[in-house]
Amino acid sequence: MLLVLTTGRKNGDDRGIGVTTRRTMRKSIRQRYSLATLALGAVGGHKRWRPAWQSRPLSNRYDIVIVGAGGHGLATAYYLAKNHGCRNVAVVERGWLGGGNVARNTLTIRSNYLRDESIPFYVRSVSLYERLSRELNFNLMHSRRGMIDVIQTWPRLREIRRRQLAMDLHGSAYKQIGVKELRRRIPALTGGGPDSRLPILAGMVHTDAAVNRHDAVAWGYARAANGLGVEIHENTEVTALITNESGAVCGVRTHRGPIAAKKVGLAVSGHTTTLTGPAGLRLPLRSFNLAAFVSEPMKPVVDVVVNCPDLGVYLSQSDKGELVIGGAPDPGQSFRRDVKQTVFEDAVCAMLELFPTFQRVKLLRQWGGHLDIAHDASPILSATPLTGLFVSAGWWGGYKAIPAGGLAFAHLLATGTPHPLMEAFTLDRFRHLDFILESGTTVVV
Amino acid sequence: MVESFRLATGGRIDRTRPLTFTFNGRTMRGSQGDTLASALLANGVRLAGRSFKYHRPRGIISSGIEEPGVFVERLGADASANEPATMIPLVDGLAARSVKGWPSPAFDLGGINQVLRPILPAGFYYKTLIWPSWMTFEPFIRQAAGLAHAPRTPPPPGTRFETRHHHCDLLVAGAGPAGLMAALTAARCGLRVMIADMNPEPGGRLLDRRLEVDGKPGPEWAVDTAAAFAGMTNVVHLQNALVWAVREHNLFMVREQHSGTDGPLERNWAVRTRQAVIATGAIERMLVFPDNDRPGVMLASAVQAYINRYAVGPGRRAVVVTNNDGTADVAHDMLRAGIDIAAIVDTRANTAERWRSRFPDVRVLDAAEPSGVVGRTRVRAIRAITRSGRNRAVTVSCDFVAVSGGWNPSVQLWSQARLPLRFDHPAATFLPSGRSGSLLCAGSAAGRCDLASAIADGAAAGTEAAARLGYEARPDLPAASDSAPFRIEAWWHPDAAGGSGRAFVDIMNDVTLADIRLAVREGYRAIEHVKRYTTAGMGLDQGRTGNVNVIAAVATETGQDIGDVGVTTFRAPVAPVSFGAIQGDRKGSAVLPYRHTPLTRWTIEQGAVMYEAGARWRRPGYFPRSGETMVQAVDREARAVRTGVGVYDGSPLGTFAIKGPDAGRLLDMVYTNRFSGLGEGAGRYGLMLTDDGRILDDGVSFRTGPHAFLMSTSTANAETVYRHIRKFLAFDRPEWSVRITDITCQHMNATVCGPRAREVVAALETDIDLSRDAFPFMTFRDGTVAGHPARVARVSFTGELSFEINVRPRNLRNLWDRILEAGAPFGITPIGSETNHVLRVEKGFLSTAHEVDGTTDPIDLGMAWILPAAKGDFIGKRSVFLRRASGRPRRELVGLHTEDPERVLPEGAPITENGRRQASVGFVTASVWSGTCGRSIALALIENGRARKGSDAHVRIGGEIVRARIVEPCFYDPSGTALRG
Amino acid sequence: MLVIPCPFCGPRDEREFVYGGPTSARRPHDPTALSDSQWVEFLTVPDNPLGPVRERWWHARGCGDWVEILRDTRTHEILRDRDG
Repeated sequence: MLLVLTTGRKNGDDRGIGVTTRRTMRKSIRQRYSLATLALGAVGGHKRWRPAWQSRPLSNRYDIVIVGAGGHGLATAYYLAKNHGCRNVAVVERGWLGGGNVARNTLTIRSNYLRDESIPFYVRSVSLYERLSRELNFNLMHSRRGMIDVIQTWPRLREIRRRQLAMDLHGSAYKQIGVKELRRRIPALTGGGPDSRLPILAGMVHTDAAVNRHDAVAWGYARAANGLGVEIHENTEVTALITNESGAVCGVRTHRGPIAAKKVGLAVSGHTTTLTGPAGLRLPLRSFNLAAFVSEPMKPVVDVVVNCPDLGVYLSQSDKGELVIGGAPDPGQSFRRDVKQTVFEDAVCAMLELFPTFQRVKLLRQWGGHLDIAHDASPILSATPLTGLFVSAGWWGGYKAIPAGGLAFAHLLATGTPHPLMEAFTLDRFRHLDFILESGTTVVV
Repeated sequence: MVESFRLATGGRIDRTRPLTFTFNGRTMRGSQGDTLASALLANGVRLAGRSFKYHRPRGIISSGIEEPGVFVERLGADASANEPATMIPLVDGLAARSVKGWPSPAFDLGGINQVLRPILPAGFYYKTLIWPSWMTFEPFIRQAAGLAHAPRTPPPPGTRFETRHHHCDLLVAGAGPAGLMAALTAARCGLRVMIADMNPEPGGRLLDRRLEVDGKPGPEWAVDTAAAFAGMTNVVHLQNALVWAVREHNLFMVREQHSGTDGPLERNWAVRTRQAVIATGAIERMLVFPDNDRPGVMLASAVQAYINRYAVGPGRRAVVVTNNDGTADVAHDMLRAGIDIAAIVDTRANTAERWRSRFPDVRVLDAAEPSGVVGRTRVRAIRAITRSGRNRAVTVSCDFVAVSGGWNPSVQLWSQARLPLRFDHPAATFLPSGRSGSLLCAGSAAGRCDLASAIADGAAAGTEAAARLGYEARPDLPAASDSAPFRIEAWWHPDAAGGSGRAFVDIMNDVTLADIRLAVREGYRAIEHVKRYTTAGMGLDQGRTGNVNVIAAVATETGQDIGDVGVTTFRAPVAPVSFGAIQGDRKGSAVLPYRHTPLTRWTIEQGAVMYEAGARWRRPGYFPRSGETMVQAVDREARAVRTGVGVYDGSPLGTFAIKGPDAGRLLDMVYTNRFSGLGEGAGRYGLMLTDDGRILDDGVSFRTGPHAFLMSTSTANAETVYRHIRKFLAFDRPEWSVRITDITCQHMNATVCGPRAREVVAALETDIDLSRDAFPFMTFRDGTVAGHPARVARVSFTGELSFEINVRPRNLRNLWDRILEAGAPFGITPIGSETNHVLRVEKGFLSTAHEVDGTTDPIDLGMAWILPAAKGDFIGKRSVFLRRASGRPRRELVGLHTEDPERVLPEGAPITENGRRQASVGFVTASVWSGTCGRSIALALIENGRARKGSDAHVRIGGEIVRARIVEPCFYDPSGTALRG
Repeated sequence: MLVIPCPFCGPRDEREFVYGGPTSARRPHDPTALSDSQWVEFLTVPDNPLGPVRERWWHARGCGDWVEILRDTRTHEILRDRDG
């Protein structure tokens, strides 16, 4: 019922504005943002600005309920409304919108994947991001500054060259540079010399990589989705899924009362199994803590994203001047949002191996988030054995996937069939253990 | 320049030790005991910096860690960025400059932003700068942001950082009156106590005030108490030591700074404690009113600290602006120091009488609100409006303002431990609530502001901590001179909209009341939204003087109670901590240890190209002779092995002894093929899988006795295999009688390989019969080789006749020398890993790091024989066949001959149908130049590859398509005659 | 940095251990007795509770044995089970 009315287009055709025309899109955003409106606002002391999103009373029935107003949940809501004309949609959120991992990540947007299944999806996501500021009329401060992998072992160089050639098949670019050029582009990179423990062998430049402002992504999608009629309900915690007598999911129980829905989409990174478990659905997911930290703000010193896969650390410098640094996840399962000292120290030591001048730079803030990782460490975007229930989970490094992940999840929710870009990423792949292994040859036991 | 604002007497500075320092290029004088901030104030420097966004003139506001006004960059050998001037102890020759303000704070070109301010409200950047693209503007924004410069050089040689681990019963954070009492009480009854305080001296606020404890001046009591600690072996007392994080399992991080000449610059303590007392004090709040950021507007507590501790009068004529009784003490100290108080502006009603009873000569305006400041680069007067009767505007001239908006307990550590806070209306602040089994909060950190109750509270916390650990403490409470109740009536901000654009809630980040109002108006109502949208509280000072004001403003705008707005999450660190301190002495090989064999040094001396070869072993890649390229060297080494003899160091291969009656059963379980039937002395090649059907490793195992095997694994996977087997035995087959022991480093080997290997080994003098019949392929013999007890195995990773001679590590170097000596007549050549790689590709031998990709299984690799159907269960069996049941095409191992024999393919290159730019059907797993074959050879995994033999594969390398014929994946001696030789 | 109780070595720092994943059901003696979906679930679906999880750590830089603990995924607290 729900999907029939929506698209007059073929599945998967979502490149244009879809059912929503450019004009209705314009109208839907209540108040345009621009230098002119800003100047106009100044005249009145900025009193004319209206809320970026508006709250409506919580209804007890929607066509689609999306659980989780993080990046993926909000993007999904936006594309449901925009591409599929689904407007009777509510996004319900336990805390404040944009407060999930979208609020606590390291912003790196890239498409340097290994597998034919993965690369096109991430290429799409990167390109959606590039025009998103204009599309949402919200400045995401999208900065396509490129990423450089610092290669310190030969097996790594071989693996990254393999990626380079695989990526080329799908329109993503990697370019190898020598050590001299690497140091020219990153003058602060003074470690890793010929006598160091792991001398730098080469650099690999991923020109498509970008960073942007995470809060703006959440707010931009929320504002645009809300403008198209989607409701966003903060402080509305889902406590359980409601199933009917035939075992299908037909709504969610919240602490503000039950909400009936024809379809329920979970976009609750880390907490997927918390919700599906009590409904009797077991998923191949484990929740982990991944942490990040920032330095004090400094004048520009690193103007690309620097990734050091052999040492397990990566960093970039925000427009405010803070170094944003991330490392490996805490190995054990965790639902914590802080940082384990061991994991943190490892990342700091790894960074200082390559950037010894940062010894006197100070740590300003650190935090963590939890995410779920599938058995094969690739995302799951899928219908489930429970009719009416759909999950978008297993994203780690899911920030870069927000636009395409939202696009594909909206497609799945609206049409019931996987988006062509995500066909390989359903739960079906586990039936025959057909893993999508980005890690290549590494086996973890 | 004279210290014209230095008081004649008093203070804890040493006037006999003058110091010289430079600030923004000006040379000035101060005294031992000063901070940079107190010395600047003593020299009359008011305008000391510019603000982050609007470049407004700023002066020193506080006396401690909460400083939101003046940040400096230290120059010279001590170079570091973004230090609050209040936290830099003055040393002779110190050089510093303001972080913001170019060319100088007094003449700052960035001040243009003050003019543009109307179109730069909170979050303005979300609304504009999209066209043509953000990247057009980004470089300018980046250049303008960012405070100080990043250091360009590493710290000078000799600068050390250090990590230390410590265990104790009680950690006390903060050595103010409460912390000292807690530590003293607990230490006296025998607890192992650590007390850490971030300031140079113990005493906390006692140092800033003129109070008495135990009948003596407060600072003296603190010094005496510290002296008592020095006499106790169960106490570790640290000053300049900030407790900066609470971690899992009661782990606390403490950063200790040293200003001395020897010892580490900073030491990071990892303290594991059973109980902790948080006695980190409280920080005074700023009041929110127009132009409350002008140089000369200071916190009252800071004024008191500068007068009493540093003997500096921040000015000659003051106005006090307050909403509480705590400022009476400050006013008293100002008058005593000869500072004129032009007026006391109290936001509360009906307090004039109380003030006049104490200060009969001072003008008091009660029920009054500050409404503005006259003066741009320094305060000249303050404006106020009294609410009594009709609104009356008053202007009082002064040269500084002492402000108190109440106190915020420093509850970061409590909050970091995920313990709750609640808003307490009588105290008008957030206080720790809830209960923890290992954390206690005491003193003003718990809202006990007057000295007497802080002392009592500290003693109570020490007693409670002791009781929790089974000790009984009997606290001895000293008398305290101050027990006046602290009374406050919150006044958060002016109601009128006028001027709210200049009323700062976060001075560091230039966030005004109008910004908060705008954020709420635009729907950013959650406190986290407000914080993120306006950046309030996200600066270096963490908004210590303003956060509660932000929360109050949000409460007003949204009509909520302050307690319901809630606080944002406190995150580590409590204050910025250098990465060097966190790193400690973990550098280089302490971060990534490497492993070496007894031959590593020899190898390096030979000029071999060394690299990381998995599992942190450093190995030779090849041994180039002068002028040789890599290909030439590898060619020469490979030719030696194929036609003469070579030798390599095979020590890093994982070696494990497996013993026990169930040893055979275990091997049958972890390998896909059978080992239990092996005869003693015989070996077999095997593949190991994980239970989800992925290839884990390959290797050879020998039977060494009825219940004993010797297993070898690849270098890189040794630890993984060891863990895998131990885990299987521990949890899945605990009843089996079998043990596995890692003996990798007990057995080291030199492997002699090539058609003439037997002659070389024979020349070493050995009691082992080396003849083919007596010592066939895939067996081992124990004996003596070159005088050393040895176990010699006939395995081959090169495809040639090979003798792997295992000896004790201490004998390896001698054995090696003897081999080179004995081999010299045969032209023996040491070979590296690159050559090994070429030799194994020629043979099509498996390398798990190359030919195993994702779900590759043994059948894909043409090793169906290694999955005997008749064999019972083994790890991975079920999954291999389950995966195959899906019927999806498999990528199978094949060989490739490039059309152009000279063309060596890049390893990893994808293969697509007809070379089209689309999803691949396979990829090149390994590719080398083979001197033996006289051409380039490659191995590849291709969908249905075995069925495609004889046809062409299209390798796609960027835009180029290279054709290669699909052939058998073995290019040399397919029958294996050579290796059995 | 957790403090992990090793039955042989006592409470030891996490750095001495290697994480070995959540405890799964004991490997069946005859995997063929399981249906395909049961086998897949055994392999790929771990317990992922918001609360205590039973998990395994390898005391690699200690006694070398495997340790099983019950740890709360919200607090890191290591709980003793009934058997101590």
